Formats: sequence, structure tokens, C-alpha cells
Amino acid sequence: MTEIDQTIYKRLTPSLKSLTQRGLAGWMVIAGCIIVLSIVIMTILSPWITPYDPSALNVGPLRTPPSMQFPLGTNHLGQDMLSRILSGGGNMLLVALLSVTICLLIGVPIGLVASYIGGAVDKILSLIMDSIYAFPGLVLAIVIAAMLGRGVVNMALSIAVVYVPSYFRIVRSHVLTIKELPYTQAARAIGAKGYTIVLSYILPNLIPSIVSVATINFADAILTAAGLTFVGLGLEKDIPDWGWDLTDGRMLLPSGAWWVITFPGIMIVLLALGFTLIGEGLSDLLNPRLDH
Amino acid sequence: MSLLNVESLTVDYQTRAGRVRAVDVVSFVIEKGETVGLVGESGSGKSTLGHSIVRLIPPPGIVKNGKIWIEGKNILNITEEEMRSIRGSKVGYIFQDPTTSLNPVKNVGDHFIELIQQHQPKCSNEEALNQTRKIFQDVGILPERINDYPHQFSGGMRQRIMIGLATALNPDIVIADEPTTALDVIIQAKILDLLLELRQKHRMALILITHDLGIIFENCERIIVMYAGKFVEYANSIELHRRPLHPYTKGLLQTIPNIELADQKLESISGSPPDMLNLPNGCPFWPRCPKVMKVCKRKEPEITQVRKNHGVRCFLYGGK
Amino acid sequence: MLLLSFVFLIVRVLPGDPVLLHFEKAASPETIESMRVRLGLDKPLLNQYFDYFLGLLHGDLGKSMQDFSPVGQQIFSAFPATLELAIFSMIIAAGLGIVLGIRSSKSYNSFQDHAIRMFGTVMYAIPIFFLGMLFQMVFGVGLHWFPTGGRIYPGMDPDGLSLGNIQFSTGLYTVDSLLEGDLLKFAQSLRYLFLPSLTLGLVLCGVFIRMTRSNMLEILRLDFVTAAKARGLKERTVLYSYAFRNAFLPVLTMMGLQFAVLLGGAILTETTFSWPGLGRYLVDRINFRDYTAIQGDIVFFGLLVALVSLVVDILYAYLDPRIRL
Repeated sequence: MTEIDQTIYKRLTPSLKSLTQRGLAGWMVIAGCIIVLSIVIMTILSPWITPYDPSALNVGPLRTPPSMQFPLGTNHLGQDMLSRILSGGGNMLLVALLSVTICLLIGVPIGLVASYIGGAVDKILSLIMDSIYAFPGLVLAIVIAAMLGRGVVNMALSIAVVYVPSYFRIVRSHVLTIKELPYTQAARAIGAKGYTIVLSYILPNLIPSIVSVATINFADAILTAAGLTFVGLGLEKDIPDWGWDLTDGRMLLPSGAWWVITFPGIMIVLLALGFTLIGEGLSDLLNPRLDH
Repeated sequence: MSLLNVESLTVDYQTRAGRVRAVDVVSFVIEKGETVGLVGESGSGKSTLGHSIVRLIPPPGIVKNGKIWIEGKNILNITEEEMRSIRGSKVGYIFQDPTTSLNPVKNVGDHFIELIQQHQPKCSNEEALNQTRKIFQDVGILPERINDYPHQFSGGMRQRIMIGLATALNPDIVIADEPTTALDVIIQAKILDLLLELRQKHRMALILITHDLGIIFENCERIIVMYAGKFVEYANSIELHRRPLHPYTKGLLQTIPNIELADQKLESISGSPPDMLNLPNGCPFWPRCPKVMKVCKRKEPEITQVRKNHGVRCFLYGGK
Repeated sequence: MLLLSFVFLIVRVLPGDPVLLHFEKAASPETIESMRVRLGLDKPLLNQYFDYFLGLLHGDLGKSMQDFSPVGQQIFSAFPATLELAIFSMIIAAGLGIVLGIRSSKSYNSFQDHAIRMFGTVMYAIPIFFLGMLFQMVFGVGLHWFPTGGRIYPGMDPDGLSLGNIQFSTGLYTVDSLLEGDLLKFAQSLRYLFLPSLTLGLVLCGVFIRMTRSNMLEILRLDFVTAAKARGLKERTVLYSYAFRNAFLPVLTMMGLQFAVLLGGAILTETTFSWPGLGRYLVDRINFRDYTAIQGDIVFFGLLVALVSLVVDILYAYLDPRIRL
């Protein structure tokens, strides 16, 4: 591997110790990872740790504030909020994971191909991507979801469409730079085939930026998923989901039942925050800007 | 009372990689109207010294020790507000790169008017404008260009503007930090002439910081040679030219191409500039010194007054 | 241009005949067909495409599937509400963001700096509607300081300026009430506007904080800033007249870009606060499966975004002397 690749890999696989030494950015990544992992673990373990069945109705009196028996209260259907909180993250995580995967599988290759080949292909694709990028993301997602209907896959698809351009752009800008660098041209001069160049020269240098974009994308996906649920385009209602709790909880506001929306909301914030911290921390680490 | 008295100044940069002592216990005095040249390689500390005099050392640099007296006042102890009034009016500063030293979104006239009015709040727009026009004349720019923007001027003209700004309020001291390094040779000469002309006219003291020995010898009465944050030799320029003492100074002089010796090889000083994070023990110059002795590697020499107004920091001449 | 075609394509080409989707449950083939004809959806796709564009030039955005009234009209009447919300939210987002960004850059790496950055990051992670609901709970239901929904007290809509028989109104309640000279209406419209724009503004200010801060930091290290300090200029002058004036231009561009995000966020905000704007219109239409209206709305959004970008570009060219001259 070339020298540059090795440096990238060294940077990419920091040990825990080195992360703590990298100042604020390192701590951000650690904190973010802890948050995200905790939530993931919590969600995975939820079938075993929920005190009540989160979907069961009337396990307790309707609309009760937090108490010893129901530490997070109950909602208007008599469901236990604590159980719902513990198990409600699954859908969001799934949707987010799916949409990021789709983005990576589509956006990155298209970006690579378009910018490497150049010419008309590049121009057309860039035009399409720029149009999508310029359009209000949430609006687009809502419209697509409205067309496709409900369901995890549909949600993921609509979110993915909105964010593919981000990947495309960053891949493209990197490729355009690297394409002109002397060592790439040298490789071409000794007859390396196109895809070899792309795979072993260009791709490794892209990985840090892609990872960074992907994590922030995760956070955005979660927020967008919540937004889609809020306007009624989410999933079927019987699966416990923080987004649904928020939407339903709206009705209970005037009666002062604050616990129904507060806890799910906080969980969404935490999850999004976790990913954002990782993403921002990573991008700080990988692009040291203002060091003296 | 001297105009400028720097007393045992020490300036450190605290970086992640370690501590760099950019200025190491430096002392000197400047009187009214003198021209002093400060010469040294990049990293010798000369720029930092210049910045210290106006208290604009960029972070992470801090003054560790010492005093800087300007007309009897230790400027290291005064408030930021007091310092602000000194900058520009008592001490002028000319920066190295004219392409980046002016505000791109302000026209050049406004640079001056703003400067004048901030230091003389009672000055009206009319007066400030008149003053600006006069300064333009002094530095050789057409007054019609008052409303033009910096990017519309060439490098040489921008440096003239900088000089104008630095001298506009008739400061007692002007510090010129590599004023001609970014300019081509022909313009260099013109700029230096302008600088000296203004200096003469306003009776200002000039500190000329540069690595170019040729410029120093032509324009300065006194010369101070810096290396690795310390003064290694100082003397009047004629004296220094005739009788350089420190091996580093001698080395520098040898590097000036001399057209009369056209068939001789161009000399250079062996080795490379010191790593300020890892200075060697003893005299920092010993790895490159043709006259190095055993003691040089162990101890640092002190300054010896070899003649009146000629000092050198070297064990060859004492230095205990 | 391309944007519009793209939008059109989306609504048309996506799986599902819009008319069929509209009638989710079975409807008789005649009903379906008659709807198609009424809406002009029975013509070949290419014809529809051209017809649509021609219609656009006349301001015709199609007809609603629900009641066949012109979509354009509905959109234009809902637009000022969204515009007002967008303007005030942008003011809050940019104003707060820029001020905090400058402070943050001034005290680089200090506690204040980190705190402000954290604030911006956290704010962005909060779902807009959640923040909105929190505000509604605390300030509306709890403290009763602000109303929780709607645009103004029923019956209080301002009429704008009346000169004899001519009525001039902008549709922006704040402006109109001032034109009318009615301070009470003005105060009330502000009151209703406050929570929604605060919600949207706070969530978006994070972006401005980050951008302002990073631009300022870059510029503060530049020579001309040090040179300005070396001339003894006041700190205020250096910070604003030198640093910020140069950092500002990218921030302006960012404001234009954020407008798109703002529109997206407006959908959620309007729904939360029952604000009668384009966003809520969209959500309504979705619930009714009124796909022609949805299409019209999206097209309108696209146009808006394009317009704002244009304005920003022009402003940018005007403000940067390097381009102007």
C-alpha cells in the first residue's frame, strides 16, 4: 500500500488510549460511541428487560404520571412508558442503518464512476445530484414517502434519496483532487487499469471522509425518520417507536401529561446527539485545522 | 531616558510538541532617530522580538520574563487600552506581505481615515481626508486613488500604503518586519528609499528586521545579529563589515555574492538552522561552527565587549 | 428548470397511479376515469409535461383532487404565513448564530467557546416538533405566556393599508398590522409568531454558530487583522469591521442554503403550532391523498428555493468589491 494509505489507516484505527489524548475531539467520539452503544444494547436487550409488554394495552391506569410502579408514567392507552422507551429505538435504528447502507451502496460507487470517467456522464449526474441536494430535504423525503407508503424499507428509501447527493459530492470532490495528483498519474503511466487505480489509490483516501459523512448522516436519518413519523408517514402503529409516542403524545399536551412526550423526545435527542458527536469528533480528528 | 529599552526579554511558545524559546534573555537600547538592523535566519527570533515590542505576539507565545521600556514606561505592565493608544501613534509596524496586510473590503482611503480618527477622535472627516491626501503624496500614490480597493494596487504600491499607514501618525519608532522580502528587487530598492526618506523627514527610529544582509548594510547604522533567540554579535555597520568577529557573522558575510570575486565559489554556512525544540548543549551554533572548541559544547558563552559598541557572544573572544 | 422536471418526474413516475392512490379503496372505474379526465391526467405523459409547464407560466399549478379548486390559489393564500415564519426564524437563527459564533471565536478554546459549540450541536439534534411541543407545554400550557397555536386571535387578522378603495396587504400579519396602524394587532401577531419562530430558529442556529465561528477563526489569523491591531485600532473595529466583514460573505451564502432547510423545518413547525402555511398545507394534502396539490406545492417549494439562491448570488456579487469591480 502506498504511504498515504498507511497514514490513513493509522489514523482510522486509533486505540482507545490515543483517542483520549487527542483533546476535545477525541472525547467527543468516545462520548458519542458510549451513547450510541448504550442505546443499541438497550434496544437489543429490551425484550428481556422491559417490566411490561410495551404494546400491551391497559397494563395500568390511563395517563398516570411517573410513579413507583410506572417510573415513566403511562400513556392514553394505558401502556407503560418505561417499557416503550426501552424498546422504542429499534425502528429508528433500523431505518437509519438501512438508509445509510443504501446511500453508501449507491452514492459512493456513482460518485467514483462519475468523477473518474468525467465528461457528459459526470455532468449529467452532477446536475441531478445538485438538484436533489438543493431541494429542501425533509420536503423531498415526505413526498417520496407519501408516494411509497408506509414501512421500514420505504422510509429508508425516501431518506436515502435525500442524502445520496452528500456522498456523491464528497466522493467526487476527493476523486477530482486525487485524480490529478502526481502519484495517480504515475500509476496511469505505468499502465495501471482504471479500476485498480480507483480501488487502491483513491478509495482508501476517501474512507475517512465517508465515515465522517456517514455518521452525521445517521443522525440526520434519525431526525428525518422522526419527522416522517410525525406527519403520519412512518410505520405501522403497533410497534413501539419513540416517534409514534411523540406524535401521539401531542394530544395529551393540553391535559398537562408531560411525560408522554418528554421521555421519547429526550431519547431521540440522545441518539441523534450520539451520532453527531461521533461524526463531528471524527471530522475534527481527521482534518486537523486550527492546530498551532 | 532612551526611546526604547528592552531588558532581559524572554519569549516562549508553548506548543504541543514542546516549548520553544524564541527570544532568550535579550537586551538592547535604541535612541531617538537611530536605524538598527536586526538580522538572522528564519526562526532566529527576530520577528518575535519585533512583535513583542508592540505586544502582538501570536498565541501560543507568551512573555516569560523581562521588561520593555518605551520612553520610560514598561509596556508589558500597562493595560490593553493604553497599549492600543501606543500602537500606531508611537510605534509603527510594517508587515512583510503587502498582499495580505490590507482589509480587502475597505478602500485604502478608509484605512487611513479610520486610523486617524481612532487615534484623534476630534478629527473631522474633512481633516482626516486632507491628511490622507498628504500622506498619499508623501508615499507616492496618486490622490485620485483614495477610493480604490487594495486588490487594485500592485504589491509595491500596497507596501507603500502600508508604510504610509505605519508612519501616518509620526511615530517615534517604526518596526519594519521583512518589508521587502515579498517584493522583487527593483521595487525593493524604491521601497527602502521611501522608508528612509520618511524616517529622515520625521526623525523616527527604525528597526529593520530582515535576513538580507545586503539591505542591512546599506541602510542601517547599527546591526544586531541573532541566532536561536539570542544576540550573537552587535556593532556599528561599518565596524561589523570590516571586523566581523562571530563565526556566524563571518559566515553570513561570506554568503553575500561579490561581483568582484566572480570566479570564486559561493560560500554557505554548513549545517542547517537549529531545531528550536531540541537545542544542543552549550553554544547553539557549535554544530555548524568552523572554529568549534571543546568548551563550546558544554557551556553557553556570555557577551564580551570587545570594543566600544562592539559585543560578541563567543568563547573565541572570552565569553565566560 | 431541471429541478422542476425532476419534481414532476417524481410525482408522476413513482409507482402508483396518482388517481388510483387517491382512491385508495376501490372505486368504480367510471369514477376513476372521470377524475382523470377532469384533471387532464388521461393524456399521454409527454403532453401532460408540456401542459404543466405552460400552465406554470400562467401561475396555474393544477387542480386539487379533493375539490378541483385551483391549487395555485390555495398555495398563494398559504404562502405569506410561511414567509413570515421563515423570515422571523431566519432572523433568530442567523442573529443568534452569528453573535454566538463571533463570541465563540473571540474566546477560542475557552469554556465559553466549548459551551457555545455544544449548545449549537445539541440544538440541531433536537427534533423540531419536540422542541416546539416542549415550548408549548412550558410557555403555553404551563405559564400561559404565549399561545400554542394559530396565527392570531380569531377575527383579528390585519387588513393592511387602505387608501380609499384600494387595499394593500402583504399577507404578513406583522407588516400589515403596522400598515394599518394597529399596534394591538401588531403585538398579538408577534405573540403568536414568537414560539414557532423561536423553535425553528433555535434548531437552525447551530449551523450558523459553527460556520461563523470557523470563518472568524480563519480570518482572525490573517495578516490584515494583526496589521489592524498593530495600528492601534479598537478591538471592536477589528472584530467587526475587519474580521466579520470578511467572514460575513460565506455566512450570507449559508443563509441562502439554509433557506431550503428552513422550509423543510417549517413543515414540522407549522404542523406543531397549527400555523396555516405551506407546510401544514402539504401535510393536509398528504392526508387527503391529494396528489396534484402535493405536486403543486412541491413545485412551488422548488421555485422558492431557486429564487432565494438567485437573490443570494446577486447580493454576494454586490457586496464583494472584488467581484463588483
